[in-house]
Amino acid sequence: MSTTAAPATSLTNEEILRYSRHLILPEVGMEGQIKLKNAKILLVGTGGLGAPMALYLAAAGVGTIGLVDFDVVDRTNLQRQVIHGTSDVGKPKIVSAEESIAEINPNVRIIKHEVALTSENALDIIKDYDLVADGTDNFPTRYLVNDACVLLKKPNVYGSIFRFEGQSSIFATEDGPCYRCLYPEPPPPGLVPSCAEGGVLGILPGVIGLIQATEVVKLILGNGEPLIGRLLLYDALNMKFRELKLRKNPECPVCGTNPTVTQLIDYQQFCGVAPTAETAKAESTVIEIEPTEVKAKLDRGDQFVLIDVREPHEWDIARIEGAKLIPLGDVPKRLNELNPDDEIVMHCKGGVRSAKAVGILQEAGFKNVLNMKGGILAWSDKVDPSVPKY
Amino acid sequence: MAKILIPTPLRQFTDGKDTVEVSGANIGEVLNALTTSVHPSLRNNLFTPEGKLRSFVNIYVNDEDIRYLDKDATEVKDSDTISIVPSIAGGR
Repeated sequence: MSTTAAPATSLTNEEILRYSRHLILPEVGMEGQIKLKNAKILLVGTGGLGAPMALYLAAAGVGTIGLVDFDVVDRTNLQRQVIHGTSDVGKPKIVSAEESIAEINPNVRIIKHEVALTSENALDIIKDYDLVADGTDNFPTRYLVNDACVLLKKPNVYGSIFRFEGQSSIFATEDGPCYRCLYPEPPPPGLVPSCAEGGVLGILPGVIGLIQATEVVKLILGNGEPLIGRLLLYDALNMKFRELKLRKNPECPVCGTNPTVTQLIDYQQFCGVAPTAETAKAESTVIEIEPTEVKAKLDRGDQFVLIDVREPHEWDIARIEGAKLIPLGDVPKRLNELNPDDEIVMHCKGGVRSAKAVGILQEAGFKNVLNMKGGILAWSDKVDPSVPKY
Repeated sequence: MAKILIPTPLRQFTDGKDTVEVSGANIGEVLNALTTSVHPSLRNNLFTPEGKLRSFVNIYVNDEDIRYLDKDATEVKDSDTISIVPSIAGGR
């Protein structure tokens, strides 16, 4: 990206009209609007949080917006990722986002980074921007963005969401705390479900993303009281905002007085996502069966039990005829409903929870337990398309 | 009894309840009571097998992080609100 262009010192007549409601705010005015025009911000992710941020920051007149995303628009995104439309399904998100931004404000320069942010490219991508807004959806990338921002001294406007709850703050400012001051280490994989597993209220990322966008604009303008050293918590179900104090940890491994992390590390490994010998072994003991094979067994009238380990509200969406529902959490206390001598096939939505259930049964001494590969989603693809995917 | 606010990801271990009232003179006692007699299935999610608070879970008394108060020994009054704030990563 070229950063050699001289900063703008004025607005065109079209821009003056477009930004009229900003220009008549003394807190923004011509000076503030020109600051916005010269600002370069990087949005990591154009999903739930990135979508409202990109739309509003573009409309507000942020001059340069970088987008990092390598994903493709999926129909399940449309419930909340308002920058993408129905006709964008199947399109790269970054292209769909660029088109929406160009329609809202053609004055915005968009820089597309259609890559996964990694330890190898993060510093190079982030270094040309004034600040970063983190709208990613996983722990490895969140720690990567944090560490890169601390190392480059770029403020990181943070937001994250889960079901009905959101958090926001600003990290990595000169004297403020960073993400690792708040959470030194990530949770072990599997303990905190993702939005794909846990669900998310579609409006929630709109609220949190716009809190992030507000803080981005305030940082650019240098106005107001930024969300530095404060963690804002939002609970949509109870409609409550709370604020907690956030301190810079002098012992923080990346922004503390004696940092031990002085360059980017392997974040997959740090977050325990990279498979270890132990997890690989555990997985290898789970024997899989294709959905088509399960269908053949049902058609032949084979003696076996099909167990669905999803939650009751998922059972209400779609189910396989002949299956019995025992949610994963109930499996240990409902073992008495199963016969260790029976052949048992377990399934869930995508195959992860049922693999855990197979492990529970194997540990309890069941010998003949199989995991249906790809869950009910694969069943819909390969056996019965009338079963809806969700 | 102090009021403990339970975050969404942990409500599956508190029968869906978003607040739980537990008595104890300090944070150590309150969390111990919460995760032994009141909701034992929370224990594994808040503490390591060695009994140390997990590093992706923060505990606040009102708006202050116990790491910057007296940690486990932080005094708890009946009027205090205790927040359990685990890290969440969702964004898409």
